[in-house]
Amino acid sequence: MNAPASRRAFLKSGLVLGVMLPMGGRALARAPGAEGAAAPFAPNAFVRVSPDNLVTIVIKNIEFGQGPATGLATLAADEMDADWGQVRVEMAPANDKLYANPAFGTMGTGGSTAIKTAYMQMRTAGASARAMLVQAAAKRWSVPASAVTVSKGMVTSGTRKASFGELAEDAARLTPPEQPVLKTPDQWTLIGTDVPKVDSAIKSDGSAMFTMDISRPGMVHSAILHPPAFGGKVKHVVDTAALAVPGVLAVKQVPQGVAVYAKDGFAAMRGRAALEVDWDLTAAETRSSDQLFAVCARAAAQPGAEAARTGDAAAAMAGATRTIEASYYFPYLAHAPMEPLDAVVEMQGDALHVWMGAQMQSAQLHTIAKMLGVPPEKAVLHQQYAGGSFGRRVEPTMAFPAEAAAVFKAYGGKAPVKHVWSRENDLTGGYYRPIMVHRLKGGIDAAGNIVAWDQVIAGQSFAKGTGFESQMIQNGVDHTMVEGATETGYTIPNHRLGAHIIDSPVTTLWWRSVGSTHTAYAVETFLDELLALSGKDPVAARLAMIEDERRTGVLKRVAEMADWGGKVPKGRARGVAVHKSFDTYVAQIAEVSRGADGLPRVHRMWCAVDCGVPVNPNIIRAQMEGGIGYALGHALYAELVLGEGGEVMQKNFDTYRSLRINEMPEVEVAVIDSRADPTGVGEPGVPPAAPAVANAWRALTGKSVRRLPFIHGDNA
Amino acid sequence: MTTVFSLNEQPVRFEGDPDTPLLWVLRDHLGLTGTKYGCGVAQCGACTVHLDGKTRRSCVTPVATVAGRNITTIEGLKGDTAEAVKAAWVAIDVPQCGFCQSGQVMSAVALLNEVPRPSDDDIDHAMAGNICRCATYVRIRQAIKNAAKGDVA
Repeated sequence: MNAPASRRAFLKSGLVLGVMLPMGGRALARAPGAEGAAAPFAPNAFVRVSPDNLVTIVIKNIEFGQGPATGLATLAADEMDADWGQVRVEMAPANDKLYANPAFGTMGTGGSTAIKTAYMQMRTAGASARAMLVQAAAKRWSVPASAVTVSKGMVTSGTRKASFGELAEDAARLTPPEQPVLKTPDQWTLIGTDVPKVDSAIKSDGSAMFTMDISRPGMVHSAILHPPAFGGKVKHVVDTAALAVPGVLAVKQVPQGVAVYAKDGFAAMRGRAALEVDWDLTAAETRSSDQLFAVCARAAAQPGAEAARTGDAAAAMAGATRTIEASYYFPYLAHAPMEPLDAVVEMQGDALHVWMGAQMQSAQLHTIAKMLGVPPEKAVLHQQYAGGSFGRRVEPTMAFPAEAAAVFKAYGGKAPVKHVWSRENDLTGGYYRPIMVHRLKGGIDAAGNIVAWDQVIAGQSFAKGTGFESQMIQNGVDHTMVEGATETGYTIPNHRLGAHIIDSPVTTLWWRSVGSTHTAYAVETFLDELLALSGKDPVAARLAMIEDERRTGVLKRVAEMADWGGKVPKGRARGVAVHKSFDTYVAQIAEVSRGADGLPRVHRMWCAVDCGVPVNPNIIRAQMEGGIGYALGHALYAELVLGEGGEVMQKNFDTYRSLRINEMPEVEVAVIDSRADPTGVGEPGVPPAAPAVANAWRALTGKSVRRLPFIHGDNA
Repeated sequence: MTTVFSLNEQPVRFEGDPDTPLLWVLRDHLGLTGTKYGCGVAQCGACTVHLDGKTRRSCVTPVATVAGRNITTIEGLKGDTAEAVKAAWVAIDVPQCGFCQSGQVMSAVALLNEVPRPSDDDIDHAMAGNICRCATYVRIRQAIKNAAKGDVA
């Protein structure tokens, strides 16, 4: 699989996460330099076995909550027939040769690709290790390999037994098989089961380390003040008051704003608050959100670049019995991970060390290295757990690593610098889910069949002007703006989708489920309205328009779970939505009433998901639960508004309202037991939740919600 | 200026600005990083500690105000209730990213110390100050109930 030289390099630079002692039956994050560290058997870049009988699985994805550390380890451990209790995980070093995401060609996590792309790779790595352990045992006992069996970390032949650890040194002398034989699904012992997560214990007792928790000898803490409007620049800084704050060491101007350096994090923040800065806003975005919405709405009135076409939507619309038209408005949204962006940068001699939760490890590390003039081979990433991301921990522009490097450099490179964003930096710092406007027109015939669908989407493209442009934008259409609407999933004979890219200095980014954050909402609520024109049942009518069996499967399943058509408690109504994103199918039903605040009170959500082979059903359920909560919080309460002059009005969680436990519905999840190759679950739970609630709300109140969040209250 | 208080049953001294919030004293001066910064304005609960057994947002608590009092952080959490809560958290894999969970556990333990058999409303009321952006709320609710019942295997 990999050349021995790479393996040695890997063994030397393998980095470790987490601190925890072994517990019976639960694989764990491993203590740095402790047990399992000296591993003589490393058949490939992903698996190591040490004489103390621990199996270490190297994780190439960032772990920010979606469970890849557990999932990837499960895939390898099952093929090895390891005992889950002997498994440890480590985060991979920055090394594209060994650890590139096959979907990206470089290391990275996104697009719900972790399990999808690791499925064969990690199983093969495990199977290869197993074959070598078997061969080592066969040699030692002078029996044919076919007479050797493996179960729960023990290798057996007749009365002879040896642990993986006892065979590690012998196995290390063997050559990895070219094509190890993989198990058939009936032979799996871990895949498909609720294998306990590797990081639950350290994340329940405060011992899990995040970038924010890193401390280095002589470390300086930095905070930054960004311009008050996007595209603004520093004109003049008065730092007297900031420098007078006890603990503040220095104030420096950087391309991104003004950095304050201090002995602790609080002094840095206090120093920042004391800065007096004159800003040059001549190139800044001074339009408000309302003005940007108006620009998008004007564009959406025009056909735009063609993103999809079936039949002749204009002609069919003209011939339709009834037509309706609607415009939808989606605000800027911040990802707002619990841990704001942060990094620790240090030079040790001529070597660069970076501690961060990097979503594209090598690209982000090398951005910092380049800015500091350090060759890539002298740069070391200490990959950390990250406190959430939802897409925020890497920008196509590499903006945050560039800022961390600039802040480090401006201090002179003398001391390690821990650069931590405040929540205010996070919420006002851009890289938002872009503002989007959809204009929809639909027509039905005399029998109530949907015969025409015309949709135009206008908004910002986060790919434009970046290295991602050539991949994502074709013929004026940014795929990530229209995904989820190019194919509605329904048989509509005449369909057209157009798109406009609107420019603004406001920075935007992929946000958990990307285009589907808005396309699923527009498509699923508008469809519901068209079906309501002829009084059709939302589930039955959808089923009649779906050809894909897996989409039908989740919709039927969720309808059964909720007893759709059965009795609904008084004062409540239900709505349904189904959506495919990242090749995973999810259908959800929401049950809502009118809350005391006049907003939907979401009591229950039912969810059916088909993500192919369910590698860990417990994690899949957790991602659906969390995805629903994430979606509801934003759809009901959250938006970032550019006020007059382009200043972001919401600066902390007091005004950027997050879902809280008292607003979380009961959630019931069914995972379809599929044999298709597995696909991701980090994002696909998000898209159907908001439209399911909106459809329930319309069923309850007759009101269509076309401007998010619901809290706006000025909906039709 | 010196502030003396009890931290996880040990006396500690902080030499510095008495206005410094307890959060930063814990994290940057005493090296206890289980308590997290999430907002700095008592909106998210990631910084929750116990002050004489009751929940307290350490990000808005000047260290001077805890002089002579008892602070417990996630690292010093002890006793049957605390062990039951942590075990309940692990048993059903509550955490996702994990960053808010110290604060969640601190709030849950304080709740169960006061109300050993909380209702759904009790849980909502006690936990509504702790934001989880991963929205692990379904499991937080369940874990608290399991801990209350002693069902944490």
